[in-house]
Amino acid sequence: MRKQILATIEHNSRIDLKELAVLLGATETEVANEVAQMEKEHIICGYHTLINWDNTDQDKVVSLIEVKVTPQRGLGFDKIAERIYKFDEVRSVYLMSGGFDFTVIIEGKSMKEVSMFVSNKLAPMEAVISTSTHFVLKKYKDYGTILNEIQSDERISVTP
Amino acid sequence: MRNPLSKQITEIKPSGIRKFFDIVSEMKDAISLGVGEPDFDTPWHIREEGIFSLEKGRTFYTSNAGLIELRIEITKYLSRRIGVDYNYNTDVVVTVGGSEGIDIALRTMLDPGDEVLIPQPSYVSYEPCTILAGGTPVIICLKEENEFRLTKEEVLNHITDKTKLLIMPYPNNPTGAIMEKSDLEDIAEVCIENDIFVLSDEIYSELSYKEDHVSIASLPGMKERTIIINGFSKAYAMTGWRLGYAAGPADIIEQMTKIHQFAIMCSPTTSQYAAIEALRNGDHDVAKMRESYNQRRRFLINAFKEMGLDCFEPYGAFYVFPSIKKFKMTSDEFATRLLKEEKVAVVPGTAFGDCGEGFLRISYAYSLEDLKLALGRIENFIKRLD
Repeated sequence: MRKQILATIEHNSRIDLKELAVLLGATETEVANEVAQMEKEHIICGYHTLINWDNTDQDKVVSLIEVKVTPQRGLGFDKIAERIYKFDEVRSVYLMSGGFDFTVIIEGKSMKEVSMFVSNKLAPMEAVISTSTHFVLKKYKDYGTILNEIQSDERISVTP
Repeated sequence: MRNPLSKQITEIKPSGIRKFFDIVSEMKDAISLGVGEPDFDTPWHIREEGIFSLEKGRTFYTSNAGLIELRIEITKYLSRRIGVDYNYNTDVVVTVGGSEGIDIALRTMLDPGDEVLIPQPSYVSYEPCTILAGGTPVIICLKEENEFRLTKEEVLNHITDKTKLLIMPYPNNPTGAIMEKSDLEDIAEVCIENDIFVLSDEIYSELSYKEDHVSIASLPGMKERTIIINGFSKAYAMTGWRLGYAAGPADIIEQMTKIHQFAIMCSPTTSQYAAIEALRNGDHDVAKMRESYNQRRRFLINAFKEMGLDCFEPYGAFYVFPSIKKFKMTSDEFATRLLKEEKVAVVPGTAFGDCGEGFLRISYAYSLEDLKLALGRIENFIKRLD
């Protein structure tokens, strides 16, 4: 049941528990308990809204930064990651395989703000060897959702 | 001038669906729950394979029976999903949708006077195709109290010494009924005892929500007397690609391929390449769509219960078949008034045979949002009738 709950709320976290229970053929209590338990176990970590900021009048700049670091003895990557992800500007931090160590995704009001963050906060950290900043120009698809998709039903209205 | 038309074709009634479609298409902003095809787009990796085949210039005829690679994938699929082994060289023909398979199977197997048992309500083409093939349709009226399953007694009551073929339309359009293994065993026994062949239309086989679909061909003694019709339309959301297949005994498939060769030549090449991808890498898509339909099915059944619309719980296809008998109207009247007064299009049960009287076919190949909107209107309508 967990798998089905997650598959459903991953794309629609606003669904109410009563309806979710109907869709999954379970009781409301069962579903509520399962959801509560998954929140407790940090399987469900939050309920966010996917916003296409490009369609608002608010300016936002997102950049993806490749960061190379030297892991310190006894501390490893996790401690360095922590020092990075605690900044409010940082939206995501991933430890990567391959040519660099962290992908850091930063959100700011302007390119200047993001650049300042990188040059004043991120790059000077002791463990950081190098950074490479890439600005996002346009988002087509995020979290499995195509952002500017117009859906229309092209089927004939009655068919056998 | 002489009458250009054959007597036979003019005597065949046009599909009841068509009549209703004409009314709906004149009505603007109606919400339709009337379609018989998936609301999903064909999964991209399948479409992409079709595009790739065009880019490579694969725009020629294939062999009459279909691409060998596709036939191999079909036999693997049938082996893995229904546990029946077929020879891709002799036992499979790739058709233009399941519909062509139904037509050429009937034309292959029937002589004038042969009787075909057709359980109804069911898909609209069995009866006219039987007549066009020179056979005589014998209608078996399925009952709601049996959840529209076919029973042994019903078959026995309609068998004569002319009965040659039984059509098995499960999972069923329009009722959503399925036949479980024990139900099929009863029917198989009758078919073997009376030497009757079976045309098993399993186009909705992947949309079975109670247990995995069981094919009558998988029961002992049945493979040699069963033609399976299946295709890509419903399982992979590929209706417009027009691709299906028939699998069965080599001597029957050989003759079906003969008709197919003269009438069609071969199924669309692009569709065949896309279908190979569907069978190789499409199980996951099918599972995802099935889960989605299943959620909507539960949602509808629950909503009908809450609004007091009688409906048995169907476990197949993407249709529910509620009864409107308590409103003292014919299916046609109910559907027409619902359309005019609330602008919701559903299909009267009678479009699928006279035994569909008193019922409506409601399709859940729609998003939950659309279903909610339509259900609200249906509820308003019913409240006014009470």
